[in-house]
Amino acid sequence: MKRRSFGSRLFDAAIVIVLLLISFTMIYPLIFCFVLSISGDGHASQGGFFLLPQSWDLTAYKAVFSKAYLGTGLINSVLRVIISVPISVFFTALCAYPLSRKEMRYRTPAFFFVLFTMLFSGGMVPIYLLYQNIGLLDNRLIYVLQGMISAFNVILVKNYFQHIPESMHEAAEMDGASEWYIFFRIYLPLSVPILATIAVFQTIFHWNAWFDAMIYMTTDSKVVMQTFLQRIVIQFEWQYLRDAYVGLAPEAIKAATVVITVVPILLVFPFVQKYFSKGIMLGSLKE
Amino acid sequence: MKPKNTSRKTHTILWWMFLPCAIYYFIFDYIPMTGLIISFKDYSISKGILGSEWVGFKHFAALFSGPDFATALRNTLIISVIKIILGFFAPVVFAIMLNEVRMMFLSRGMQIISLLPHLFSWVILASIFRLIFSTNGPANELLFLIGLENPIGWLSDDIWFLTVIIVTDVWKGLGIGAIIYLASIAAIPVQLYETAEIDGANRFQQIRYITIPHLVPTMVVLLILSLGGFLSAGFDQIYNMYNPLVYDVADIIDTYVLRMLTSLNFEIATAAGMFKSVVALILIVTSNYVARRLTGNEQGLY
Repeated sequence: MKRRSFGSRLFDAAIVIVLLLISFTMIYPLIFCFVLSISGDGHASQGGFFLLPQSWDLTAYKAVFSKAYLGTGLINSVLRVIISVPISVFFTALCAYPLSRKEMRYRTPAFFFVLFTMLFSGGMVPIYLLYQNIGLLDNRLIYVLQGMISAFNVILVKNYFQHIPESMHEAAEMDGASEWYIFFRIYLPLSVPILATIAVFQTIFHWNAWFDAMIYMTTDSKVVMQTFLQRIVIQFEWQYLRDAYVGLAPEAIKAATVVITVVPILLVFPFVQKYFSKGIMLGSLKE
Repeated sequence: MKPKNTSRKTHTILWWMFLPCAIYYFIFDYIPMTGLIISFKDYSISKGILGSEWVGFKHFAALFSGPDFATALRNTLIISVIKIILGFFAPVVFAIMLNEVRMMFLSRGMQIISLLPHLFSWVILASIFRLIFSTNGPANELLFLIGLENPIGWLSDDIWFLTVIIVTDVWKGLGIGAIIYLASIAAIPVQLYETAEIDGANRFQQIRYITIPHLVPTMVVLLILSLGGFLSAGFDQIYNMYNPLVYDVADIIDTYVLRMLTSLNFEIATAAGMFKSVVALILIVTSNYVARRLTGNEQGLY
């Protein structure tokens, strides 16, 4: 291998430095929040970069956990993910299967019926009025129904199903298997990669959803963690917490709430990097 | 005649499988679409949507003649156009740069880290950025270190607010946007680069004449498809990051709709939302048509 020129090396170095800086900006907010959250009042209100912890003060966490609805918020969020994600993945696959079968008559209009929901929406007000009319306001069922079957996910799974060799289906049919059997025992097990991708998409969606709880939920005990965070940090509810813990910096309270919200989703991150690239590529495959 | 019989049965089963989803979409998507007629009526809660009186385009006239919606529309266009353009080029540049890194572990590691912001909701990120860009936060601390004495009002000054909104949005989408380009780059035959190197092409020339031309088809499609978000300037982000000091430049259609909804102006809110939905529909259908024409039916949303 010939020696690379000075210019080429300089080019390499410059690119690595720029990329390292970008990467740093992506990790720094997390470090900042963590360090800020464990800084005592003196440090926290002084400002600074908060790169290295200077103290180990958990008062901010105690203050946040003293707020009655934080625990329920966390439980609601976790339950929302655990219950909603499997339901969503199952119905997405169930919707995609018939749409992937040529035997389905009127398949094109049926597909368009699904697709159109991705292109056009009634918007905020009609949806709000609908929920009001069918008794979904302040009802935890909303957490399951929101985004349960997304047209985008249906298309991803349908494309994947269409890549499963037709001979599998024919062989099973020959043996007398019904469509239900083929769906459950052949197509679902063969589609684990795409179903996992969708599960990851939906986990992130449900964990991060905050707007639905903000406008549809009126009982505090039904609110999810993100909405709780939104109240404390964006709508300045930290004031009440601060009153209960005299001499506590508002910055530390906000940072502690962020850390509590961020940690659970970080646990999902290994799956994200495993399935994201794959899922995006699988989805862009065409017949 | 057995096969025909079987296929009829199959057809019925397939429709039974589709039924739950059809019902779901009917209730939660199609019924709200019919609710759009509220914008042509004087909605009264006691009479319901169907029983309320028709008033024609009255609410649309009010919407377009009022000053607030015009401001919201202008702000939406400014923010979304800049976001679409920068959010389009940044991931391409990022992917090309990652590809130029010779040390695989470094390149792969930085790519994984770049996916991190995608995990977080705008509530989380806005909470963090409100701290980072506060008066005595790290952003101003950095300025102080390089000798700028006066702190910048990152979130309270119009221009700086827009800058922060746009930069953080591009930053959040960098990693996820680069994935598809990295995959396209990985598909380029290595021999092309080897030949180019023998011919004396330097690194810039290799990027210019090999990498970029390979990415152009993907870029065209993604750009055209991103036009569908023309009237969505990013509700989650702006709602969580704005404050009364920057309402003049930060109020967008979605925040306007929410304000109308919470002040019980149902008709105006619906009319504004419908305007947005219709424009988005027209843009998506048109841009998808163009994408398909340009790529010979290869690419497109559907």
